[in-house]
Amino acid sequence: MAIDALGASIKRREDPRFITGAGNYIDDIKLPSMVHMAILRSPYAHANIRSVDVTAARAMPGVIDVIVGADVPYNPLPMVWPAGGSAGLRNNVNSPRILATDSVKWTGEGVAAVVAETPAQAFDALAAIVVDYEPLPAVVDAEKAVAPGAPQLHENAPNNVVFEWSVGDSAGTEAAIEAAEVVVRQRLVNQRLIPNPMETRGDIGWYNPGTEEYTLWMSSQTPHIQRLLVGIFTMGIPEHKLRCIAPDVGGAFGTKIFCYADYALVLLASKRIGGRPVKWIEGRRENYQSTIHGRDHITYLEIAGKRDGEITGLRVKTLANLGGRLSTIGPGIPTTLYARVLSGCYKIPNVYAEVTGVYTNTTFVDAYRGAGRPEATYVIERAMDLFAREIGMDRAEIRRRNFIAPDAFPYDNPSGLGTASGGAKIYIDSGNYEPALDKALAMVGYDDLDARKVEARLRGKYLGLGLSTYLEVCGVAPSKWIGAVGEGWGAAMWESSNIRVHLTGKVVLTMGTSPQGQGHETTYSQVISHELGVPVDDVIVQHSDTQGTPFGYGSYGSRTSSVGSTAAIKAAGKIREKARRYAAHMLEAAPEDIEIDGANYSVRGSPDKVKTLQEIAFALDLAFDAPVGMEPYLDETAYYDPTNCTWPFGTHIAIVEIDEETGHVDLVRYVAVDDVGNKINPMIVDGQLHGGIAQGVGQALWEGAVYDDQGQLLSGSLLDYALPRAAWLPSFELDETVTPSPVNPIGVKGVGEAGAIASTAAVSNAVVDALGPLGVRHLDMPYTPQTVWRAIQTAKGGQA
Amino acid sequence: MTSLAFDYRRPDSVDQALALLAEADPGTKVLAGGHSLLPIMKTRLAQPGRLIDIGHLGELRGVHRLGDGGLSIGALTTYSRLLANPAITVYGLLADVLPTIGDVQVRNRGTIGGAVAHVDPAADLPACLLALDAEVVVRSARGGRTIALTSFFEGAFNSVLLPDELITEIRLPAASGDYGSAYRAQEQPASGYALAGAAVVIGRSTGGGGRFDRAAIGITGVGECPYRASAVEQEFLSSGDPAAAAHATDGVLVASDIHADREYRTALIRVQVRRALEAAIERVG
Ligand SMILES: Cc1cc2nc3c(=O)[nH]c(=O)nc-3n(C[C@H](O)[C@H](O)[C@H](O)COP(=O)(O)OP(=O)(O)OC[C@H]3O[C@@H](n4cnc5c(N)ncnc54)[C@H](O)[C@@H]3O)c2cc1C
Repeated sequence: MAIDALGASIKRREDPRFITGAGNYIDDIKLPSMVHMAILRSPYAHANIRSVDVTAARAMPGVIDVIVGADVPYNPLPMVWPAGGSAGLRNNVNSPRILATDSVKWTGEGVAAVVAETPAQAFDALAAIVVDYEPLPAVVDAEKAVAPGAPQLHENAPNNVVFEWSVGDSAGTEAAIEAAEVVVRQRLVNQRLIPNPMETRGDIGWYNPGTEEYTLWMSSQTPHIQRLLVGIFTMGIPEHKLRCIAPDVGGAFGTKIFCYADYALVLLASKRIGGRPVKWIEGRRENYQSTIHGRDHITYLEIAGKRDGEITGLRVKTLANLGGRLSTIGPGIPTTLYARVLSGCYKIPNVYAEVTGVYTNTTFVDAYRGAGRPEATYVIERAMDLFAREIGMDRAEIRRRNFIAPDAFPYDNPSGLGTASGGAKIYIDSGNYEPALDKALAMVGYDDLDARKVEARLRGKYLGLGLSTYLEVCGVAPSKWIGAVGEGWGAAMWESSNIRVHLTGKVVLTMGTSPQGQGHETTYSQVISHELGVPVDDVIVQHSDTQGTPFGYGSYGSRTSSVGSTAAIKAAGKIREKARRYAAHMLEAAPEDIEIDGANYSVRGSPDKVKTLQEIAFALDLAFDAPVGMEPYLDETAYYDPTNCTWPFGTHIAIVEIDEETGHVDLVRYVAVDDVGNKINPMIVDGQLHGGIAQGVGQALWEGAVYDDQGQLLSGSLLDYALPRAAWLPSFELDETVTPSPVNPIGVKGVGEAGAIASTAAVSNAVVDALGPLGVRHLDMPYTPQTVWRAIQTAKGGQA
Repeated sequence: MTSLAFDYRRPDSVDQALALLAEADPGTKVLAGGHSLLPIMKTRLAQPGRLIDIGHLGELRGVHRLGDGGLSIGALTTYSRLLANPAITVYGLLADVLPTIGDVQVRNRGTIGGAVAHVDPAADLPACLLALDAEVVVRSARGGRTIALTSFFEGAFNSVLLPDELITEIRLPAASGDYGSAYRAQEQPASGYALAGAAVVIGRSTGGGGRFDRAAIGITGVGECPYRASAVEQEFLSSGDPAAAAHATDGVLVASDIHADREYRTALIRVQVRRALEAAIERVG
């Protein structure tokens, strides 16, 4: 066999088409007789709709149809992850309608839609729609929304509360805090972010009047799930009448997991106009208001422990802003995926968290790269620094002191995943945290830190170093756990794979997962090349079309390499077993005597009696010599439901320099030692880490959605919402430790989110460390020059 | 989004362009590089009924030396072309600023005339041209005039340019004696425009040390349009001390937005002016 492709940094097979303009994104698809839709969005954050007059719009050039809320015969969008558990299920779910009918709850909520021959005609007609709004007072801040006298968004949600949920041992944590030698308290804001995939969303809906079937092309991470959510949940159409196709998807970061109103709207529009396909492409400014946002927590933390650095208790109260109506799994993110992982990689005996979900007049909030885990990492990593500072302990030392010990796995976290309801308990199955910390400290030259701070002061800079020893949970998820209502989203999360070895020996791998630029076509080919002994180029990966691929839950939560690959490996195992049986027939030997080496199937002891996989596939396809009872073809499907999640971890270290006069923060070094288990393609792993780190740094230094008090989004475009740029970042210095995951046969863990989970806290801790000598203990992100300058002025007793 | 429909004209010469402008349709706009105008048309903040595209007119392109040693920059000269021109090396602040404007595509399309005509309150180049004592040469079917840049800007997105007038060139006076210049700005991180930017040109007409007798300081990102910080200039001429930067916003209503409030912006521009002065002093020679 040639070199094993598994673990090799081969170039991504999909890149040539992506970077030469040969990709096939939604807006590249042009169907015969296709028309265009534009959506009129509310200019008010909170208003009642008195009337919508579309008469003038209907008369505009090129206009084919105008749709208002009252025309839509469908349900509101499904919301499938209520917080449940300790909160109890409340009957206060308000999810978006396909078009608003009587009120709007955020600027950007869809009110009417125009279908026209060209996009420009559709936009022009939007301006002719007359909506009579009754503006209402708005509230955008979660803390203000739950205060007495706040504007009320929904009759069924008094005080704008979606849920009040808790996890952990309230009394035990109270006692630990009471008894502690030291307690540190801090309010933290984890600001709202706008995700910004390079490709905005978009869809094409087509109703076929001949077959009465619908087809939906969508920029989605979850075409199979959407076939259910858009189909049966929203429109009342079962799976066999709706086909969902996600072509090339230009980034998503979680935003394209969810069920959006435009999906049903393009299908409805196509049906109303007799079956011409209807395309809708989201503009960037529109994306800022109609696609989910991320984060937006206000947290009060208390961390308690001993003067020797042992942490004995952590209590957290978080207000999670979920927007004007609920997105598909909005409540699940700040509960299960945040509060149950708050203790990170530390052994903290008493943890208690209360989370309140809140409606505000803002865009809905849901999973954004890391989804809950970056927020949790931020809380615990800031808490460790705050505590260390309080007791005068070294920040690396306090982490070491509290790490879960390498012999304590599987570790049963008392407030961890699976403690809410009937679902299966989830254990932290493996880990070894100190080697990553030691390596990162050595790389960064931790011992020289003080000298470097002194040197920076001579240049008018404050230098700071920040640590983030993160733990992430991914590879979601065992259905027995995630399927439990209240704990998870009431549905499974297995994956599926089909493999066909064709007559020529070429392999078609068909997956239920759905990439958005991660390189799945490359990494799956590497896995199958390894499993079947065929060259990578002989494997083609098909995905993201509900017609022709087995059901799958899609790609998010860093689950594809762990859950998807294992399904593929299982399917490959079935292929090998059938090939072995047929090789035995061909070579007149017993199946047990067939030895498999790559693609060669030989008789034990007679290596010259050998058949290749291609020869076997050829013969099994033609099948004239097949033994009685053996089905033709090498075609096998497998489903895999993981037994546990996976638990990547590592240490990230940031060094920043702050200009004392302007407050400008410069990230000067970034060191990351990650343990993501074994790697299918180390180059792709590095790429995921680089992008994730940059994204997390973006939150720390630049990004933040800003609303005014009336609910207008002031950071409404890329002119005012700052994304990280390559030139602002240092060369990342990456290294690894390798603790293979025990849950899957290749020991991978998942790396899609790790960078974003770890880096925000590292940079935040570095900035606060830099300002520490001035007496600054904490500062909320993003660390824009103005924010940092003001902190410096305040600390120095200046006029600010 | 897409822009509203508009009438599009592509004159073959400056004279034809001026004739079209003379029709004085108030909805008419000149299109040069399009990097300021087209984005605001797409968001429908600007809805011109007619565009007169001058982007291809070679007469308006190019940099050449004037008889008095000054520099004439054709209105359609792009940032990239200007940056590549050896004549600008004597103007140190142009070498500072040009590579920082937008990105390669923006610099390949954006024109000097467009940058001046648009009067974006935070654009980088206008502050530098102010400090260089630039003049704006304009033409219309009625004739031509030359306007000192110091009296050209009237407010945000507003200038003394009349609707039938076209900017044809920007003129920079010759650099003489010992002088130095510098541009220092902090970017607004999303847009890349200046949150506060300072362009400084200082000089001595008599070489070999002594007092500065020339100081010109252009500021952008701070007021409603780029302006000359004359209080700093006067103070610096008498003291020679970069601390004169403390006067950077004297008499100016300092802008406030989500990126920088009045207080921070004021502090920031003082730092930028001081640093630009220090850098310019170092470069004098
Ligand atoms: C992504 C991006 C980033 C940018 N970043 C920066 C930055 O960092 N700093 C910065 O300063 N700028 C920046 N810009 C703006 C850029 O510099 C503009 O392109 C330039 O300032 C305008 O030149 P233009 O030729 O494109 O003008 P156009 O867009 O064609 O025109 C602008 C205005 O000037 C008028 N006009 C143009 N030429 C003439 C003329 N000869 N006579 C009379 N009126 C005329 C037009 O009618 C219009 O009103 C950026 C732009 C983009 C798109």
